[in-house]
Amino acid sequence: MTEHHHHIKLPEGSIEKQTTTLNVGPTHPATHGVFQNIMELDGERIVSTESTVGYIHRAFEKIAERRPLYQITPLTDRLNYCSSPINNMGWHLTCEKLLGVQTPKRVDYLRIIIMELSRISDHLICNSIVGVDTGAYTGFLYVMQYRELIYEIYEEVCGSRLTTNIGRIGGFERNFNNTAFTKLEKFLKEYPSVLKEFENLFTRNRIFMDRTIGTGGISAERALNYGFTGPNLRATGVDYDVRVHSPYSSYEDFDFSIPVGKTGDNYDRFLVRNEEMWQSLSILQQAYRKIQEFKGEEAEVFHANVPEYYLPKKEDVYTKMEALIWHFKIIMGEVDMPKGEVYKSVEGGNGELGFYLISDGGRTPFRLHFRRPCFIYYQAYPELVTGGMLSDAIVTMSSLNLIAGEMDA
Amino acid sequence: MEANNSFTMGHGLWSMDKPEKMALTNETIQQKLTAKFGEAVFGFEDTYGMLCFETAKENNLKLLQFLHDDEELGFRFLTDLCAVNYPDQPGRELAVVYHLHNLAANVRIRFKVFTDINTPDIYTASKLFASANWMERETFDFYGVNFVGHPNLKRILNVDEMDYFPMRKEYPLEDQTRVDKDDEMFGRG
Repeated sequence: MTEHHHHIKLPEGSIEKQTTTLNVGPTHPATHGVFQNIMELDGERIVSTESTVGYIHRAFEKIAERRPLYQITPLTDRLNYCSSPINNMGWHLTCEKLLGVQTPKRVDYLRIIIMELSRISDHLICNSIVGVDTGAYTGFLYVMQYRELIYEIYEEVCGSRLTTNIGRIGGFERNFNNTAFTKLEKFLKEYPSVLKEFENLFTRNRIFMDRTIGTGGISAERALNYGFTGPNLRATGVDYDVRVHSPYSSYEDFDFSIPVGKTGDNYDRFLVRNEEMWQSLSILQQAYRKIQEFKGEEAEVFHANVPEYYLPKKEDVYTKMEALIWHFKIIMGEVDMPKGEVYKSVEGGNGELGFYLISDGGRTPFRLHFRRPCFIYYQAYPELVTGGMLSDAIVTMSSLNLIAGEMDA
Repeated sequence: MEANNSFTMGHGLWSMDKPEKMALTNETIQQKLTAKFGEAVFGFEDTYGMLCFETAKENNLKLLQFLHDDEELGFRFLTDLCAVNYPDQPGRELAVVYHLHNLAANVRIRFKVFTDINTPDIYTASKLFASANWMERETFDFYGVNFVGHPNLKRILNVDEMDYFPMRKEYPLEDQTRVDKDDEMFGRG
Protein backbone atom coordinates (compact mmCIF):
# COMPACT_ATOMS: atom_id res chain seq x y z
CA MET A 1 0.00 0.00 0.00
CA THR A 2 1.44 3.27 -1.01
CA GLU A 3 0.99 6.26 1.15
CA HIS A 4 -0.65 9.33 -0.29
CA HIS A 5 -0.20 12.79 0.97
CA HIS A 6 -3.39 14.70 0.67
CA HIS A 7 -2.95 18.39 0.42
CA ILE A 8 -5.51 20.97 -0.56
CA LYS A 9 -3.90 22.73 -3.49
CA LEU A 10 -4.20 26.47 -3.09
CA PRO A 11 -3.56 28.84 -5.92
CA GLU A 12 -0.16 30.43 -5.75
CA GLY A 13 -0.04 33.51 -3.56
CA SER A 14 -3.44 32.91 -2.02
CA ILE A 15 -2.07 32.87 1.54
CA GLU A 16 -0.06 36.05 1.16
CA LYS A 17 -2.66 38.11 -0.63
CA GLN A 18 -4.47 40.83 1.24
CA THR A 19 -7.91 40.26 -0.21
CA THR A 20 -10.50 37.58 0.42
CA THR A 21 -12.04 35.43 -2.26
CA LEU A 22 -15.76 34.92 -1.80
CA ASN A 23 -18.04 32.70 -3.81
CA VAL A 24 -21.45 34.32 -4.05
CA GLY A 25 -23.63 31.59 -5.42
CA PRO A 26 -24.30 29.56 -7.54
CA THR A 27 -27.04 28.68 -5.08
CA HIS A 28 -27.44 31.32 -2.48
CA PRO A 29 -30.64 32.85 -1.05
CA ALA A 30 -29.49 36.32 -2.03
CA THR A 31 -28.96 35.56 -5.69
CA HIS A 32 -32.61 34.60 -6.41
CA GLY A 33 -31.55 32.19 -9.09
CA VAL A 34 -28.51 30.27 -10.12
CA PHE A 35 -25.73 32.83 -10.44
CA GLN A 36 -22.16 32.54 -9.36
CA ASN A 37 -19.89 35.46 -8.73
CA ILE A 38 -16.34 34.93 -7.61
CA MET A 39 -15.57 38.11 -5.76
CA GLU A 40 -12.30 39.49 -4.46
CA LEU A 41 -13.09 41.47 -1.36
CA ASP A 42 -11.05 43.97 0.58
CA GLY A 43 -13.01 43.98 3.81
CA GLU A 44 -16.52 44.44 2.51
CA ARG A 45 -15.49 46.31 -0.62
CA ILE A 46 -15.45 44.53 -3.95
CA VAL A 47 -12.11 44.69 -5.71
CA SER A 48 -13.11 42.57 -8.65
CA THR A 49 -15.69 40.00 -9.57
CA GLU A 50 -16.12 37.37 -12.20
CA SER A 51 -19.52 36.02 -13.16
CA THR A 52 -20.06 32.43 -14.15
CA VAL A 53 -23.28 31.62 -15.97
CA GLY A 54 -24.75 28.57 -17.65
CA TYR A 55 -25.75 26.46 -14.65
CA ILE A 56 -29.23 25.89 -16.03
CA HIS A 57 -28.43 25.88 -19.73
CA ARG A 58 -31.01 23.65 -21.43
CA ALA A 59 -29.93 23.90 -25.08
CA PHE A 60 -33.16 25.57 -26.21
CA GLU A 61 -31.67 26.78 -29.47
CA LYS A 62 -30.48 23.29 -30.35
CA ILE A 63 -33.78 21.70 -29.35
CA ALA A 64 -35.67 24.29 -31.39
CA GLU A 65 -33.93 23.11 -34.55
CA ARG A 66 -35.81 19.83 -34.20
CA ARG A 67 -39.17 21.22 -33.16
CA PRO A 68 -42.10 22.49 -35.21
CA LEU A 69 -43.44 25.93 -34.33
CA TYR A 70 -45.95 24.96 -31.66
CA GLN A 71 -43.47 22.79 -29.81
CA ILE A 72 -41.17 25.77 -29.41
CA THR A 73 -43.71 27.88 -27.50
CA PRO A 74 -43.20 25.88 -24.27
CA LEU A 75 -39.45 26.48 -24.60
CA THR A 76 -40.03 30.22 -24.60
CA ASP A 77 -42.03 29.89 -21.36
CA ARG A 78 -38.85 28.93 -19.66
CA LEU A 79 -36.79 31.95 -20.66
CA ASN A 80 -37.98 34.78 -18.45
CA TYR A 81 -40.45 32.75 -16.42
CA CYS A 82 -41.65 35.80 -14.50
CA SER A 83 -43.43 36.98 -17.63
CA SER A 84 -43.87 33.89 -19.79
CA PRO A 85 -46.87 35.22 -21.74
CA ILE A 86 -44.74 37.99 -23.25
CA ASN A 87 -42.26 35.37 -24.46
CA ASN A 88 -45.07 33.23 -25.89
CA MET A 89 -46.58 36.14 -27.73
CA GLY A 90 -43.19 37.30 -28.97
CA TRP A 91 -42.71 33.85 -30.46
CA HIS A 92 -46.17 33.78 -32.02
CA LEU A 93 -45.59 37.25 -33.46
CA THR A 94 -42.34 35.99 -34.96
CA CYS A 95 -44.14 33.06 -36.59
CA GLU A 96 -46.86 35.41 -37.80
CA LYS A 97 -44.26 37.69 -39.33
CA LEU A 98 -42.74 34.76 -41.21
CA LEU A 99 -46.12 33.41 -42.28
CA GLY A 100 -47.53 36.85 -43.11
CA VAL A 101 -50.49 36.54 -40.75
CA GLN A 102 -52.54 39.65 -39.97
CA THR A 103 -54.28 39.54 -36.62
CA PRO A 104 -57.65 41.24 -35.99
CA LYS A 105 -57.70 44.27 -33.71
CA ARG A 106 -59.57 42.46 -30.96
CA VAL A 107 -56.84 39.81 -30.84
CA ASP A 108 -54.21 42.53 -30.56
CA TYR A 109 -56.02 44.16 -27.65
CA LEU A 110 -56.53 40.86 -25.86
CA ARG A 111 -52.84 40.15 -26.29
CA ILE A 112 -51.98 43.56 -24.93
CA ILE A 113 -54.08 42.84 -21.84
CA ILE A 114 -52.15 39.65 -21.20
CA MET A 115 -48.77 41.21 -21.98
CA GLU A 116 -49.32 44.21 -19.73
CA LEU A 117 -50.51 42.00 -16.91
CA SER A 118 -47.29 40.04 -17.35
CA ARG A 119 -45.25 43.20 -17.29
CA ILE A 120 -46.89 44.19 -14.03
CA SER A 121 -46.26 40.79 -12.47
CA ASP A 122 -42.64 40.87 -13.68
CA HIS A 123 -41.94 44.35 -12.32
CA LEU A 124 -43.80 43.52 -9.14
CA ILE A 125 -41.51 40.61 -8.40
CA CYS A 126 -38.39 42.56 -9.27
CA ASN A 127 -39.23 45.63 -7.23
CA SER A 128 -40.49 43.74 -4.23
CA ILE A 129 -37.35 41.59 -4.25
CA VAL A 130 -35.26 44.74 -4.24
CA GLY A 131 -37.22 45.55 -1.10
CA VAL A 132 -36.47 42.15 0.39
CA ASP A 133 -32.77 42.56 -0.28
CA THR A 134 -32.72 45.89 1.50
CA GLY A 135 -34.44 44.31 4.49
CA ALA A 136 -38.10 45.06 3.87
CA TYR A 137 -40.10 41.88 3.48
CA THR A 138 -43.57 43.37 3.89
CA GLY A 139 -43.91 44.78 0.39
CA PHE A 140 -43.07 41.46 -1.16
CA LEU A 141 -45.72 39.57 0.79
CA TYR A 142 -48.27 42.29 0.34
CA VAL A 143 -48.17 42.44 -3.45
CA MET A 144 -48.01 38.69 -3.99
CA GLN A 145 -51.78 38.35 -3.78
CA TYR A 146 -52.07 40.55 -6.85
CA ARG A 147 -49.60 38.49 -8.78
CA GLU A 148 -51.83 35.60 -7.78
CA LEU A 149 -54.81 37.42 -9.28
CA ILE A 150 -52.85 37.92 -12.51
CA TYR A 151 -52.02 34.22 -12.57
CA GLU A 152 -55.70 33.42 -12.08
CA ILE A 153 -56.49 35.45 -15.18
CA TYR A 154 -53.89 33.46 -17.13
CA GLU A 155 -55.53 30.32 -15.82
CA GLU A 156 -58.91 31.36 -17.18
CA VAL A 157 -57.39 31.98 -20.60
CA CYS A 158 -54.94 29.13 -21.03
CA GLY A 159 -55.24 26.84 -18.02
CA SER A 160 -51.79 27.34 -16.55
CA ARG A 161 -50.08 29.87 -14.36
CA LEU A 162 -46.33 30.14 -14.55
CA THR A 163 -45.17 28.44 -17.73
CA THR A 164 -48.23 29.48 -19.61
CA ASN A 165 -47.87 28.33 -23.24
CA ILE A 166 -50.57 30.91 -23.86
CA GLY A 167 -52.07 31.75 -27.23
CA ARG A 168 -51.74 30.37 -30.71
CA ILE A 169 -50.37 31.55 -34.00
CA GLY A 170 -53.01 34.07 -35.00
CA GLY A 171 -54.59 34.61 -31.62
CA PHE A 172 -55.82 32.73 -28.58
CA GLU A 173 -56.91 29.19 -27.93
CA ARG A 174 -60.31 30.39 -26.75
CA ASN A 175 -62.19 33.59 -26.17
CA PHE A 176 -61.78 35.19 -22.76
CA ASN A 177 -64.63 34.02 -20.57
CA ASN A 178 -66.62 36.19 -18.18
CA THR A 179 -64.57 35.07 -15.19
CA ALA A 180 -61.44 36.36 -16.87
CA PHE A 181 -63.02 39.75 -17.44
CA THR A 182 -64.47 39.85 -13.93
CA LYS A 183 -61.05 39.14 -12.49
CA LEU A 184 -59.53 41.77 -14.74
CA GLU A 185 -62.07 44.29 -13.49
CA LYS A 186 -61.25 43.36 -9.91
CA PHE A 187 -57.57 43.85 -10.68
CA LEU A 188 -58.12 47.22 -12.32
CA LYS A 189 -60.24 48.33 -9.40
CA GLU A 190 -58.06 47.17 -6.52
CA TYR A 191 -54.52 47.24 -7.83
CA PRO A 192 -54.02 51.04 -7.98
CA SER A 193 -54.46 51.40 -4.22
CA VAL A 194 -52.13 48.45 -3.62
CA LEU A 195 -49.46 49.90 -5.85
CA LYS A 196 -49.89 53.23 -4.12
CA GLU A 197 -49.40 51.60 -0.76
CA PHE A 198 -46.40 49.66 -2.08
CA GLU A 199 -44.88 52.97 -3.16
CA ASN A 200 -45.67 54.45 0.23
CA LEU A 201 -43.65 51.69 1.83
CA PHE A 202 -40.58 52.29 -0.30
CA THR A 203 -40.29 55.34 -2.48
CA ARG A 204 -39.60 57.90 0.24
CA ASN A 205 -38.44 55.41 2.83
CA ARG A 206 -35.23 56.74 4.37
CA ILE A 207 -33.53 53.37 4.69
CA PHE A 208 -34.56 52.24 1.25
CA MET A 209 -33.37 55.47 -0.35
CA ASP A 210 -30.03 55.34 1.45
CA ARG A 211 -29.52 51.79 0.32
CA THR A 212 -30.42 52.32 -3.33
CA ILE A 213 -29.52 55.87 -4.33
CA GLY A 214 -26.04 56.03 -5.77
CA THR A 215 -25.47 52.28 -5.86
CA GLY A 216 -25.21 50.16 -8.97
CA GLY A 217 -25.38 53.17 -11.27
CA ILE A 218 -24.35 53.32 -14.92
CA SER A 219 -24.25 56.10 -17.49
CA ALA A 220 -26.48 56.07 -20.53
CA GLU A 221 -23.47 55.81 -22.81
CA ARG A 222 -22.04 52.76 -21.05
CA ALA A 223 -25.47 51.18 -20.79
CA LEU A 224 -25.97 51.46 -24.55
CA ASN A 225 -22.51 50.09 -25.19
CA TYR A 226 -23.32 47.16 -22.93
CA GLY A 227 -26.52 46.50 -24.87
CA PHE A 228 -28.89 47.42 -22.05
CA THR A 229 -32.56 47.48 -22.94
CA GLY A 230 -35.79 47.68 -21.01
CA PRO A 231 -36.22 49.39 -17.62
CA ASN A 232 -32.48 49.17 -16.92
CA LEU A 233 -31.70 51.26 -19.98
CA ARG A 234 -34.57 53.65 -19.36
CA ALA A 235 -33.32 54.23 -15.82
CA THR A 236 -30.22 55.79 -17.38
CA GLY A 237 -32.36 58.28 -19.31
CA VAL A 238 -32.69 56.66 -22.74
CA ASP A 239 -36.35 56.42 -23.76
CA TYR A 240 -36.03 53.31 -25.90
CA ASP A 241 -39.02 51.01 -25.71
CA VAL A 242 -39.78 48.34 -28.32
CA ARG A 243 -43.51 48.96 -27.85
CA VAL A 244 -42.99 52.45 -29.21
CA HIS A 245 -39.98 52.05 -31.51
CA SER A 246 -41.23 48.95 -33.33
CA PRO A 247 -44.90 48.71 -32.37
CA TYR A 248 -46.48 45.28 -32.47
CA SER A 249 -49.98 44.13 -31.52
CA SER A 250 -51.34 47.63 -32.21
CA TYR A 251 -49.47 49.33 -29.36
CA GLU A 252 -49.64 52.41 -31.57
CA ASP A 253 -53.36 52.68 -30.70
CA PHE A 254 -52.52 53.35 -27.06
CA ASP A 255 -51.58 56.46 -25.22
CA PHE A 256 -48.84 55.97 -22.67
CA SER A 257 -45.52 57.51 -21.70
CA ILE A 258 -42.08 56.01 -21.28
CA PRO A 259 -40.76 56.78 -17.82
CA VAL A 260 -37.03 57.44 -17.68
CA GLY A 261 -34.52 57.98 -14.89
CA LYS A 262 -31.25 59.88 -14.84
CA THR A 263 -28.53 58.10 -12.96
CA GLY A 264 -29.27 54.50 -13.83
CA ASP A 265 -28.76 53.46 -10.21
CA ASN A 266 -30.81 51.01 -8.18
CA TYR A 267 -33.22 53.69 -7.05
CA ASP A 268 -33.90 54.90 -10.59
CA ARG A 269 -34.46 51.38 -11.79
CA PHE A 270 -36.95 50.91 -8.98
CA LEU A 271 -38.77 54.14 -9.83
CA VAL A 272 -38.88 53.39 -13.54
CA ARG A 273 -40.40 49.98 -12.90
CA ASN A 274 -42.98 51.41 -10.54
CA GLU A 275 -43.97 54.07 -13.02
CA GLU A 276 -44.13 51.48 -15.79
CA MET A 277 -46.65 49.59 -13.70
CA TRP A 278 -48.83 52.71 -13.61
CA GLN A 279 -48.45 53.03 -17.37
CA SER A 280 -49.33 49.37 -17.82
CA LEU A 281 -52.43 49.91 -15.72
CA SER A 282 -53.42 52.77 -17.98
CA ILE A 283 -52.83 50.59 -21.07
CA LEU A 284 -54.91 47.84 -19.49
CA GLN A 285 -57.78 50.23 -18.88
CA GLN A 286 -57.61 51.52 -22.44
CA ALA A 287 -57.44 48.00 -23.84
CA TYR A 288 -60.37 46.83 -21.76
CA ARG A 289 -62.42 49.80 -22.91
CA LYS A 290 -61.55 49.02 -26.53
CA ILE A 291 -62.49 45.37 -26.03
CA GLN A 292 -65.90 46.37 -24.72
CA GLU A 293 -66.57 48.32 -27.89
CA PHE A 294 -66.69 45.11 -29.91
CA LYS A 295 -70.30 43.95 -30.06
CA GLY A 296 -72.14 40.95 -31.47
CA GLU A 297 -70.11 38.80 -33.83
CA GLU A 298 -67.09 41.06 -33.50
CA ALA A 299 -66.90 40.25 -29.80
CA GLU A 300 -66.44 36.58 -30.70
CA VAL A 301 -63.23 37.16 -32.65
CA PHE A 302 -60.24 35.75 -30.82
CA HIS A 303 -58.01 34.48 -33.62
CA ALA A 304 -57.04 35.22 -37.20
CA ASN A 305 -58.15 32.99 -40.02
CA VAL A 306 -55.09 30.78 -40.51
CA PRO A 307 -56.45 27.23 -40.73
CA GLU A 308 -53.06 25.78 -41.63
CA TYR A 309 -51.43 27.02 -38.43
CA TYR A 310 -54.24 27.69 -35.99
CA LEU A 311 -55.16 24.59 -33.99
CA PRO A 312 -58.74 23.35 -34.31
CA LYS A 313 -61.09 23.62 -31.34
CA LYS A 314 -60.33 21.13 -28.61
CA GLU A 315 -63.91 19.81 -28.53
CA ASP A 316 -63.64 19.04 -32.23
CA VAL A 317 -60.25 17.38 -31.83
CA TYR A 318 -61.82 14.95 -29.39
CA THR A 319 -64.92 14.25 -31.46
CA LYS A 320 -64.15 14.78 -35.16
CA MET A 321 -61.64 12.91 -37.30
CA GLU A 322 -60.82 15.87 -39.57
CA ALA A 323 -60.02 18.13 -36.62
CA LEU A 324 -57.92 15.44 -34.99
CA ILE A 325 -55.89 15.00 -38.17
CA TRP A 326 -55.29 18.75 -38.47
CA HIS A 327 -54.35 19.04 -34.84
CA PHE A 328 -51.80 16.29 -35.30
CA LYS A 329 -50.48 17.75 -38.54
CA ILE A 330 -49.98 21.19 -37.05
CA ILE A 331 -48.37 19.99 -33.82
CA MET A 332 -46.03 17.61 -35.65
CA GLY A 333 -45.15 20.28 -38.20
CA GLU A 334 -46.49 18.46 -41.25
CA VAL A 335 -47.22 21.85 -42.78
CA ASP A 336 -43.95 23.23 -44.09
CA MET A 337 -43.05 26.79 -43.19
CA PRO A 338 -42.25 29.31 -45.90
CA LYS A 339 -38.58 30.09 -46.48
CA GLY A 340 -37.37 33.25 -44.87
CA GLU A 341 -35.32 35.06 -42.30
CA VAL A 342 -36.99 37.23 -39.70
CA TYR A 343 -36.04 39.15 -36.61
CA LYS A 344 -38.89 40.10 -34.34
CA SER A 345 -38.64 41.61 -30.93
CA VAL A 346 -41.00 42.51 -28.14
CA GLU A 347 -40.59 44.55 -24.98
CA GLY A 348 -40.15 41.83 -22.40
CA GLY A 349 -40.22 42.30 -18.67
CA ASN A 350 -36.52 43.08 -18.57
CA GLY A 351 -35.76 44.36 -22.04
CA GLU A 352 -35.81 43.64 -25.73
CA LEU A 353 -36.58 39.99 -26.23
CA GLY A 354 -35.70 39.13 -29.82
CA PHE A 355 -36.29 36.07 -31.96
CA TYR A 356 -34.04 35.55 -34.97
CA LEU A 357 -35.63 32.81 -37.01
CA ILE A 358 -34.19 31.29 -40.18
CA SER A 359 -36.49 28.94 -42.03
CA ASP A 360 -35.27 26.87 -44.96
CA GLY A 361 -38.82 25.87 -45.82
CA GLY A 362 -38.84 22.75 -43.69
CA ARG A 363 -40.97 21.70 -40.75
CA THR A 364 -38.64 23.11 -38.09
CA PRO A 365 -36.50 26.24 -37.90
CA PHE A 366 -33.12 25.94 -39.58
CA ARG A 367 -31.84 28.24 -36.87
CA LEU A 368 -33.52 30.01 -34.01
CA HIS A 369 -31.66 32.45 -31.85
CA PHE A 370 -33.11 34.14 -28.80
CA ARG A 371 -31.88 37.62 -27.98
CA ARG A 372 -32.06 37.33 -24.23
CA PRO A 373 -31.86 40.80 -22.70
CA CYS A 374 -30.46 39.86 -19.30
CA PHE A 375 -27.72 37.66 -20.76
CA ILE A 376 -26.48 40.72 -22.58
CA TYR A 377 -26.70 43.30 -19.81
CA TYR A 378 -25.45 41.04 -17.04
CA GLN A 379 -21.97 41.54 -18.51
CA ALA A 380 -21.98 44.99 -16.98
CA TYR A 381 -22.36 43.61 -13.47
CA PRO A 382 -18.64 43.74 -12.53
CA GLU A 383 -18.49 47.35 -13.69
CA LEU A 384 -21.60 48.21 -11.65
CA VAL A 385 -20.43 46.73 -8.38
CA THR A 386 -16.63 47.05 -8.33
CA GLY A 387 -15.56 49.49 -5.65
CA GLY A 388 -18.87 49.19 -3.84
CA MET A 389 -19.97 47.21 -0.83
CA LEU A 390 -20.89 43.55 -1.03
CA SER A 391 -24.35 44.27 0.40
CA ASP A 392 -25.00 46.80 -2.35
CA ALA A 393 -23.91 44.30 -4.98
CA ILE A 394 -26.72 42.02 -3.81
CA VAL A 395 -29.27 44.80 -4.25
CA THR A 396 -27.80 45.65 -7.64
CA MET A 397 -28.16 42.04 -8.71
CA SER A 398 -31.86 41.95 -7.90
CA SER A 399 -32.56 45.39 -9.28
CA LEU A 400 -31.12 44.36 -12.67
CA ASN A 401 -33.95 41.80 -12.87
CA LEU A 402 -31.71 38.89 -13.76
CA ILE A 403 -33.57 35.71 -14.56
CA ALA A 404 -31.36 32.64 -14.76
CA GLY A 405 -33.76 30.87 -17.11
CA GLU A 406 -33.47 33.62 -19.64
CA MET A 407 -29.76 34.11 -19.24
CA ASP A 408 -28.81 30.49 -19.70
CA ALA A 409 -31.44 29.60 -22.31
CA MET B 1 -25.79 60.84 -1.09
CA GLU B 2 -28.42 63.24 -2.18
CA ALA B 3 -32.02 62.33 -1.69
CA ASN B 4 -33.42 64.28 -4.58
CA ASN B 5 -35.86 62.45 -6.72
CA SER B 6 -33.97 62.02 -9.95
CA PHE B 7 -36.95 60.56 -11.68
CA THR B 8 -38.46 62.31 -14.68
CA MET B 9 -41.20 61.45 -17.05
CA GLY B 10 -40.39 60.57 -20.65
CA HIS B 11 -41.79 62.46 -23.56
CA GLY B 12 -44.53 60.02 -24.31
CA LEU B 13 -45.60 58.16 -27.35
CA TRP B 14 -45.58 60.80 -30.02
CA SER B 15 -42.27 62.38 -29.26
CA MET B 16 -40.61 59.27 -30.65
CA ASP B 17 -41.17 60.59 -34.17
CA LYS B 18 -38.04 60.87 -36.19
CA PRO B 19 -36.16 64.15 -36.22
CA GLU B 20 -37.00 66.72 -38.87
CA LYS B 21 -34.07 65.85 -41.12
CA MET B 22 -34.40 63.31 -43.90
CA ALA B 23 -35.28 59.88 -42.62
CA LEU B 24 -32.62 57.25 -42.92
CA THR B 25 -33.88 54.84 -45.56
CA ASN B 26 -32.54 51.49 -46.65
CA GLU B 27 -31.59 53.06 -50.00
CA THR B 28 -29.51 55.73 -48.30
CA ILE B 29 -27.70 53.12 -46.23
CA GLN B 30 -26.99 51.00 -49.28
CA GLN B 31 -25.73 54.01 -51.26
CA LYS B 32 -23.43 55.12 -48.46
CA LEU B 33 -22.01 51.65 -47.98
CA THR B 34 -21.45 51.16 -51.70
CA ALA B 35 -19.78 54.57 -51.96
CA LYS B 36 -17.45 53.70 -49.09
CA PHE B 37 -16.73 50.02 -49.65
CA GLY B 38 -17.62 49.40 -53.30
CA GLU B 39 -17.78 45.71 -54.12
CA ALA B 40 -16.64 44.68 -50.65
CA VAL B 41 -20.16 45.02 -49.29
CA PHE B 42 -22.64 43.09 -51.35
CA GLY B 43 -25.74 40.91 -51.39
CA PHE B 44 -28.10 43.72 -50.42
CA GLU B 45 -31.55 42.46 -49.71
CA ASP B 46 -34.67 43.83 -48.10
CA THR B 47 -36.17 41.10 -45.93
CA TYR B 48 -39.38 42.03 -44.15
CA GLY B 49 -38.34 45.67 -44.29
CA MET B 50 -34.89 45.12 -42.81
CA LEU B 51 -31.84 45.80 -44.95
CA CYS B 52 -29.50 42.79 -45.01
CA PHE B 53 -26.12 42.46 -46.62
CA GLU B 54 -22.84 40.65 -46.53
CA THR B 55 -19.17 41.41 -46.36
CA ALA B 56 -15.95 39.46 -46.38
CA LYS B 57 -14.89 38.41 -42.93
CA GLU B 58 -11.73 40.57 -43.03
CA ASN B 59 -13.95 43.63 -43.36
CA ASN B 60 -16.26 43.10 -40.41
CA LEU B 61 -14.53 45.58 -38.09
CA LYS B 62 -14.06 48.26 -40.74
CA LEU B 63 -17.72 47.97 -41.60
CA LEU B 64 -18.87 48.02 -37.97
CA GLN B 65 -16.66 51.03 -37.27
CA PHE B 66 -17.97 52.92 -40.28
CA LEU B 67 -21.59 52.12 -39.43
CA HIS B 68 -20.90 53.24 -35.87
CA ASP B 69 -18.97 56.42 -36.57
CA ASP B 70 -20.74 57.83 -39.60
CA GLU B 71 -22.88 60.77 -38.51
CA GLU B 72 -25.82 59.82 -40.67
CA LEU B 73 -25.69 56.05 -40.28
CA GLY B 74 -25.13 56.02 -36.53
CA PHE B 75 -25.56 52.30 -35.88
CA ARG B 76 -24.29 52.47 -32.33
CA PHE B 77 -26.38 49.77 -30.73
CA LEU B 78 -25.46 46.12 -31.23
CA THR B 79 -28.76 44.35 -30.78
CA ASP B 80 -27.58 40.85 -31.40
CA LEU B 81 -24.66 38.75 -32.50
CA CYS B 82 -24.90 35.06 -33.27
CA ALA B 83 -23.72 32.40 -35.68
CA VAL B 84 -25.36 30.05 -38.16
CA ASN B 85 -23.96 26.81 -39.54
CA TYR B 86 -24.61 26.07 -43.22
CA PRO B 87 -23.06 22.63 -43.70
CA ASP B 88 -23.95 22.54 -47.40
CA GLN B 89 -21.90 25.57 -48.39
CA PRO B 90 -18.26 24.50 -48.76
CA GLY B 91 -15.90 27.27 -47.66
CA ARG B 92 -18.80 29.25 -46.21
CA GLU B 93 -19.98 26.87 -43.53
CA LEU B 94 -20.18 29.36 -40.70
CA ALA B 95 -21.84 32.75 -40.71
CA VAL B 96 -21.65 35.35 -37.97
CA VAL B 97 -24.72 37.56 -37.99
CA TYR B 98 -24.78 41.10 -36.62
CA HIS B 99 -28.02 42.94 -35.87
CA LEU B 100 -27.50 46.66 -35.45
CA HIS B 101 -29.87 49.41 -34.48
CA ASN B 102 -29.75 53.16 -34.98
CA LEU B 103 -31.90 54.15 -32.03
CA ALA B 104 -32.27 57.82 -32.98
CA ALA B 105 -33.54 57.18 -36.50
CA ASN B 106 -35.03 53.85 -35.39
CA VAL B 107 -33.61 51.76 -38.24
CA ARG B 108 -32.38 48.21 -37.94
CA ILE B 109 -29.96 46.38 -40.23
CA ARG B 110 -28.44 42.94 -40.36
CA PHE B 111 -25.22 41.80 -41.94
CA LYS B 112 -23.38 38.54 -42.19
CA VAL B 113 -19.82 37.43 -42.62
CA PHE B 114 -19.07 33.92 -43.77
CA THR B 115 -16.08 31.81 -42.92
CA ASP B 116 -14.55 28.46 -43.66
CA ILE B 117 -15.25 26.06 -40.80
CA ASN B 118 -11.60 24.95 -40.67
CA THR B 119 -10.23 28.45 -40.09
CA PRO B 120 -13.09 30.17 -38.29
CA ASP B 121 -11.15 33.31 -37.39
CA ILE B 122 -13.12 36.52 -37.19
CA TYR B 123 -12.10 39.82 -35.62
CA THR B 124 -13.77 40.57 -32.32
CA ALA B 125 -16.23 43.43 -32.04
CA SER B 126 -15.81 43.59 -28.28
CA LYS B 127 -13.53 46.64 -28.45
CA LEU B 128 -16.28 48.60 -30.13
CA PHE B 129 -19.25 47.12 -28.26
CA ALA B 130 -18.90 45.90 -24.69
CA SER B 131 -22.05 43.88 -25.30
CA ALA B 132 -20.25 41.76 -27.90
CA ASN B 133 -18.02 40.22 -25.25
CA TRP B 134 -20.41 37.55 -23.98
CA MET B 135 -22.29 37.21 -27.23
CA GLU B 136 -19.01 36.28 -28.90
CA ARG B 137 -18.16 33.91 -26.09
CA GLU B 138 -21.52 32.25 -26.60
CA THR B 139 -20.92 32.04 -30.34
CA PHE B 140 -17.51 30.52 -29.72
CA ASP B 141 -18.99 28.12 -27.20
CA PHE B 142 -21.62 26.78 -29.58
CA TYR B 143 -20.05 27.18 -33.02
CA GLY B 144 -16.33 27.42 -32.42
CA VAL B 145 -15.93 30.78 -34.07
CA ASN B 146 -12.53 32.07 -33.02
CA PHE B 147 -12.89 35.78 -32.32
CA VAL B 148 -9.43 37.16 -32.87
CA GLY B 149 -8.46 39.71 -30.24
CA HIS B 150 -11.20 38.80 -27.80
CA PRO B 151 -10.04 39.49 -24.21
CA ASN B 152 -11.47 36.34 -22.66
CA LEU B 153 -12.57 33.85 -25.28
CA LYS B 154 -13.68 30.83 -23.30
CA ARG B 155 -16.83 28.78 -22.98
CA ILE B 156 -19.72 30.48 -21.24
CA LEU B 157 -22.83 28.30 -21.09
CA ASN B 158 -21.38 24.84 -21.63
CA VAL B 159 -18.96 23.04 -19.32
CA ASP B 160 -15.30 23.90 -19.77
CA GLU B 161 -14.41 20.27 -20.49
CA MET B 162 -16.61 20.06 -23.56
CA ASP B 163 -14.48 19.23 -26.60
CA TYR B 164 -16.85 20.03 -29.45
CA PHE B 165 -19.15 22.81 -30.61
CA PRO B 166 -22.66 21.52 -30.07
CA MET B 167 -24.71 23.86 -32.26
CA ARG B 168 -22.91 22.77 -35.41
CA LYS B 169 -25.22 20.79 -37.63
CA GLU B 170 -22.98 17.72 -37.58
CA TYR B 171 -24.12 17.02 -34.02
CA PRO B 172 -27.63 15.62 -33.96
CA LEU B 173 -29.92 16.72 -31.17
CA GLU B 174 -29.72 13.52 -29.23
CA ASP B 175 -26.49 11.69 -28.75
CA GLN B 176 -27.07 8.51 -30.74
CA THR B 177 -24.37 6.69 -28.84
CA ARG B 178 -26.02 6.99 -25.45
CA VAL B 179 -26.28 3.66 -23.68
CA ASP B 180 -27.93 4.79 -20.46
CA LYS B 181 -31.37 4.89 -22.01
CA ASP B 182 -33.33 1.69 -22.49
CA ASP B 183 -34.61 2.00 -26.03
CA GLU B 184 -37.54 -0.24 -25.33
CA MET B 185 -38.73 2.08 -22.58
CA PHE B 186 -38.40 5.08 -24.88
CA GLY B 187 -40.38 3.48 -27.68
CA ARG B 188 -37.42 3.08 -29.99
CA GLY B 189 -36.79 -0.65 -29.63
